Amino acid sequence: MADLTLTDLVKTYGKVNVLRDINLDIQTGELIVFVGPSGCGKSTLLRMIAGLEKITDGTLKIDGQVVNDVPPSQRGIAMVFQSYALYPHMTVRDNMAFALNIAKKPKAEINAAVDKAAKALQLESYLDRLPKALSGGQRQRVAIGRAIVRDPKVYLFDEPLSNLDAALRVATRIEISQLKEAMPDSTMIYVTHDQVEAMTLADRIVVLANKGIAQVGSPLELYERPRTEFVAQFIGSPAMNLLPGKITATGPQTEVTLDAGGVGRADIATTDADMGKQVNLGVRPEDLVLTDSDAIFTGKVEIVEALGEVTLLYLPAKMSVGEGADSANQTHLLAKLPGIHEQLKGQTVGLTADPSKLQIFHDGVTMRS
Amino acid sequence: MNQLLFAVSTIVVGVFGCVAYFYFSNILLDRVFPAKGPNAGTNINKANAIRPWLFLLPALLVLGLYLVYPVFSTFVLSLQDTRGSFIGGENYTWLAGDGKFRESLGNNLLWLVIVPAASTFFGLVAAGLTDRIKWGSVAQSLIFMPMAISFVGASVIWKFIYDYRGENQGEQIGLLNAIVEGLGGTAYAWITMPFWNNIFLMIILIWIQTGFAMVILSAALKGISEETIEAAYLDGASPLQIFFKIKIPQIWGTIAVVWTTITVTVLKVFDIVFAMTNGQWGTQVLANLMYDWMFRGSPDFGRGSAIVMVIMLLVTPVMIWNISNAHKENR
Repeated sequence: MADLTLTDLVKTYGKVNVLRDINLDIQTGELIVFVGPSGCGKSTLLRMIAGLEKITDGTLKIDGQVVNDVPPSQRGIAMVFQSYALYPHMTVRDNMAFALNIAKKPKAEINAAVDKAAKALQLESYLDRLPKALSGGQRQRVAIGRAIVRDPKVYLFDEPLSNLDAALRVATRIEISQLKEAMPDSTMIYVTHDQVEAMTLADRIVVLANKGIAQVGSPLELYERPRTEFVAQFIGSPAMNLLPGKITATGPQTEVTLDAGGVGRADIATTDADMGKQVNLGVRPEDLVLTDSDAIFTGKVEIVEALGEVTLLYLPAKMSVGEGADSANQTHLLAKLPGIHEQLKGQTVGLTADPSKLQIFHDGVTMRS
Repeated sequence: MNQLLFAVSTIVVGVFGCVAYFYFSNILLDRVFPAKGPNAGTNINKANAIRPWLFLLPALLVLGLYLVYPVFSTFVLSLQDTRGSFIGGENYTWLAGDGKFRESLGNNLLWLVIVPAASTFFGLVAAGLTDRIKWGSVAQSLIFMPMAISFVGASVIWKFIYDYRGENQGEQIGLLNAIVEGLGGTAYAWITMPFWNNIFLMIILIWIQTGFAMVILSAALKGISEETIEAAYLDGASPLQIFFKIKIPQIWGTIAVVWTTITVTVLKVFDIVFAMTNGQWGTQVLANLMYDWMFRGSPDFGRGSAIVMVIMLLVTPVMIWNISNAHKENR
């Protein structure tokens, strides 16, 4: 029921700048996910929207109103914390009713709101329990229920699933996406470092890095057309391979000759001016296929990890080391092949990929226009 | 020199005696129940059942000798007259009718109501206020400092605050009288002012115990999850509502422990009254009354012991509650 506009937001602690140049428009009813490596400021940004952190500079608008100095309770937001933040001395019912009690709403109205939320979250039989008598998943549902009861314009989630075990995390993730479907008008902002959560939940993902926004886009947009090497390697697992090379032919399709030999052709248009530029050719492990002729990369398979459904091949290679890379693909080219290929260990194989799947980065930024 | 030698040799004998006791009793136990042979399993279990008692025994014996025995001995004394002959409950019936005892009981009750409440309250306020400011730790150490002073020392300090000089004794040197005179009032002998002098004495103990309450409660406040406070803030609670509805309920157990701990101290209050008024002008308390009967004038151990039994009777339930509360906190 609300749109948010973030204009030139800046956050500094003393002399340390943690966020700058944050510009973002969030539409009513959108589910936006802030994702990024730890320490990138994603939680700080969420807390600035919540009003728990002061905004150093820039403006934050909710529904067109500047709320920089509006206290949190009047911003029309509700937040779900990572550690649930339930009041340990109150029953589930009192926890959920707390905000309404503070606002001195009539008793009947409070009870109706709590009962409705409890029903939606299947918490009816736990209303008289204390938080300590609940499981982790139930606690998280109470925390969500506490937010729902307030009927906020904007929901803020701060890594709500990271304290849950793997199975519960999937179940709760699905519950959150069902909740979103049941409330199509409410705007949600969700912070996570888990890219699976980001990809599955988000309408749009905001990738934060280096104190700013690296890219904003739908999950598949980020996957297929990453704007920077960082986004390319941060989204997708295992991370994208970045192979250094030079542009040797331009046109609607660009040819990159790798430093290690081998030639890749990508469906990216370039001009003569780009000729000879030092670039990185980006190719996702899952896009690589075995080939006998015309390989982009040829090498000896050093390690084979057979996961059943897929097999990961590690080929020693000269890689371009980006900040989003994990340690394995700083020294090896990774290929993710469907099926079982254990016999490939120690063999020399050729790998290629569809030209439409390749990326070319110059100075860390995509050459795709 | 001789004394020093004696002290050192006592320490050496004591320490080595203890070590030897633990060492040899342990060996003996292993001899009696060897961990080998056909019954190795049952032997180990038996030895393990006995071993803790072996180690606890010296402590239990010493505690018994110095704590439990005196209780019974005092009880027996309380049933005797000055010459040590048995007189049954006569000392207690005398107590029930004694005006000074009633005054003491009343005053103790007053202390019991006011001091723990005030100390805990001020401690909580101090902890809440110093929790979030930069120089809070400086303020805390200042407030805590009286804890380091003995009750008698504190009484001496406060004697100078309440001090009063009569007509011909020269200028007033008491701080309180200085303030009163500075504001145009006339000096007064504060600790002779009936009823209120009790309060003036209590202020000394409150001054001391507030630091204790503050330190414990401040630690408890720091233990509250920051996120619950932020959640309450987002829910629209004011700082006062957060303090009373979120913080205090979460440290309720600690408040109870602090309260009861101070209660026990208050029930035993002696030094302050002894040093300030010695129970005159209607400020007598049980412990000082006991001291009067035990050691002053013509001592009456029977009556003194009877008063001690009353104090013990009052302290015990509070003590039990205190310990069970502390246990709950630790869990």
